[in-house]
Amino acid sequence: MKPKFILGFLLIMAAVVYLIVSSTKASAEYFMTVDELKAEGSSAVNKSVRLSGAVIGDTIQYDADTLTLTFEVAHVSGDNNEIEAQGGLAEVLYQAVNDPTRSRVQVVYIGVKPDLLRGEAQAIMTGKLGDDGVFHADELLLKCPTRYEEAVPEQAASK
Amino acid sequence: MFAEFGYGILVVSFLVAIYGVIAAIYGAQNKSATLVESARRAMLLTFPLITLSAVTLIYLLVNDHYEVAFVYEVTSRSMPTYLKITAWWGGQAGSLVFWSFLMSGFASAVTLRKWDRDIEFLPWVIVVCSVTLAFFLGLSIFYENPFTRFWSVAGGVEPHMFAPANATLFTAADGNGLNPLLRHPGMIIHPPMLYLGFVSFVIPYAFAIAALVTGRTDDRWIRLTRRWSLWAWLFLSFGLVLGSRWAYDVLGWGGFWGWDPVEIAAFMPWLTGTAFLHSVMIQEKRGLLKHWNMILVILTYSLVIFGTFLTRSGVLSSVHAFAQSAIGPLFFAFIGISFVISIALLIWRWPELRSETEMKSMLSREALFLLNNLLFMSILVVCFWGVIFPLISELFTGQKVTVGPPFYQRATAPLFSALLFLMAIAPLSAWGHSTVQTLGRSMWKSAVAAAVITVALFFTYTKSIPALIGFSLIAFAILITLQEFWRGARARQKIQGENFFTALARLTSRNRRRYGGYIIHISMALMAIGILGINAFQTETQGTVAQGEELNISDYTVKYRELASWDNIGEGVNYTRAVVDVYRNGIYLGQLNPRIDYYFDAQQNMTIPGNRSTLRDDLYVLLVDWQPVSSNGATFKVYVNPLVNWLWIGSLVFFVGIIVAAWPDKDPETEVVRARRTVRQTSAAD
Repeated sequence: MKPKFILGFLLIMAAVVYLIVSSTKASAEYFMTVDELKAEGSSAVNKSVRLSGAVIGDTIQYDADTLTLTFEVAHVSGDNNEIEAQGGLAEVLYQAVNDPTRSRVQVVYIGVKPDLLRGEAQAIMTGKLGDDGVFHADELLLKCPTRYEEAVPEQAASK
Repeated sequence: MFAEFGYGILVVSFLVAIYGVIAAIYGAQNKSATLVESARRAMLLTFPLITLSAVTLIYLLVNDHYEVAFVYEVTSRSMPTYLKITAWWGGQAGSLVFWSFLMSGFASAVTLRKWDRDIEFLPWVIVVCSVTLAFFLGLSIFYENPFTRFWSVAGGVEPHMFAPANATLFTAADGNGLNPLLRHPGMIIHPPMLYLGFVSFVIPYAFAIAALVTGRTDDRWIRLTRRWSLWAWLFLSFGLVLGSRWAYDVLGWGGFWGWDPVEIAAFMPWLTGTAFLHSVMIQEKRGLLKHWNMILVILTYSLVIFGTFLTRSGVLSSVHAFAQSAIGPLFFAFIGISFVISIALLIWRWPELRSETEMKSMLSREALFLLNNLLFMSILVVCFWGVIFPLISELFTGQKVTVGPPFYQRATAPLFSALLFLMAIAPLSAWGHSTVQTLGRSMWKSAVAAAVITVALFFTYTKSIPALIGFSLIAFAILITLQEFWRGARARQKIQGENFFTALARLTSRNRRRYGGYIIHISMALMAIGILGINAFQTETQGTVAQGEELNISDYTVKYRELASWDNIGEGVNYTRAVVDVYRNGIYLGQLNPRIDYYFDAQQNMTIPGNRSTLRDDLYVLLVDWQPVSSNGATFKVYVNPLVNWLWIGSLVFFVGIIVAAWPDKDPETEVVRARRTVRQTSAAD
């Protein structure tokens, strides 16, 4: 290989590394659980965060005029192994919602109410914690684990 | 009965595949043609066996056998028969069987060809295909068995393949039903297309490994699998496009590509596959980059297996999520082992794969192809980095940090732009040697025309600099490619005395790989218009309006007229459909019917947009919410997606291009010779 090819190759690699590093810095989001968010307190304000939590069904409110959706999420573990050890995501979400001692955070989302939003769903939200302690979500993804996983039918279903 | 039968057949196919591997290896080592032939027949036998097992599974799906866990998961009584059939690949267990079915089908097809002087490849192609097949069959038998049934035992209902002690078979009254999001034509064809692409990339890999093992390291393996690679690429590309179309039509978020890990998993083998299609040409023409092609095909295979795993475990629970799955570690082990073995073989043959010539000119065709490969690999690295970044950051900082779509958009946009530029100039450069002068002479007209178009767009369409750069590159690429068609046809017209259109058609049909490729280049540029349009100019608005009120967005007016809601008990769906009138600059254009379908069995909504599509833009209206009694009206979200239609138009052109490039020749060998002569003629005439 001639030196000019090696030089060209190195230049391109440098450009790609620069692209990756700068883009990573510009768009990094911190994965956090509700507990971690609460623990960080004011230092978490205005940091780009991806927050996960269990949706509490009774707290879902939607104002269709202003497209303002508010609800609370309860803490669930961010560790998949821990979730598996506690009996799977569906079980963990159920416990989180029914445990009043879990830490909770209020969420505000402006936009269309997602089809999958309901109690005991796992919400994965991208956004920022405001000064008011409310999490302002820009993006809202939902997981409803029980429905299509290996659910075993209930005994009552048999006749 | 049927479940045991289907499962038994799977076990038999697994054993047959294992036998094929052993017989082929042993036969190759001892130069025993009989044993290799026996292995070939074993390979051929797996296809009818797996087909039989699949038919059994479909029988169970169609006939509501809810004692079978898989049937219970993916079908329900209210689903029409065709959906019950396609539910075959609607869940993980079934789609693994689907994978095996395709794998054995393709492997059988390839072993049926005339081997003649390539007979030494045969045993090793059988080994690679059978090992892959045995892996997937093994997963089905031991971990994700689609024939597992429910049994009533003392503690409740448990899934088992065979009856536990003191258990009776348990049949559920009705099934869960396929996820409503998957009950869409796009989603019915999309997974099989993607799988066809995935599985057909195993064949070039199998030949590459055979070449490494046997030491026949010339470009024979590439010539033999050229068409396979093209078809694999076609299916994979179409799988991606259909998936995008499905997302656009069904997911109701106004876009078609969200850079989530599952999409990226399907996109990564496409990147290496595309790079591979280009770089094999350099090996064929110049005898360069032999190591690189091996690495690409090995990477593609690994990414195909990886993609199967990710798409399969992800698409089920949610479009945007991974499900925990017992088979994950097995997949990684399989990928790891096959990757290490492949690389070890490559290192063993490294000296024999040395290039025949040296790359000299920076602007030669081969150097530009190499650059193209570097760019594709850079995009791959960006994607891979984005997917694994949370793991890396957790490892090194203890905090899980993720990157979203902005990361991919920012990091890949310059790389895609560079690819567009290369796509424009590479066809003009010559093999061996090109200079700035020769390139400049052949491109200046197109460059001037592209500049004129860009200036016109600046005054009439947009003042955004990144968008204008994008448009100028697209215009440049399309114009140069058209100019190549023009130049070739004119030259032929002069020499052969044909009229222009005959010359154009003959030029293309005599040199299909080259001109098919150019058509694909044009299609990519057309798709780029759509992607640029929606990314740069998408606008949205939302609001709640009473009947007769309007929402305004860009020069559109959307007027809410009425809304109706009704149950369709047979299908198990509640439909809520709004009627809106669409005006542009006060002129009535027509009606749109955005709707929400509520599926009772899944307790899930589907938001289906009302979409008015033109070449200029799409008006994409979503019904978000409504108040049934009060006069408060309904809530709509409206997007204007400029130019997005060009993405779908481009994908149709793409289809034409790849058919031109990949259609079987009567006699491939003579075709190549004749094609070369045509090239010489055209360049001589120029």
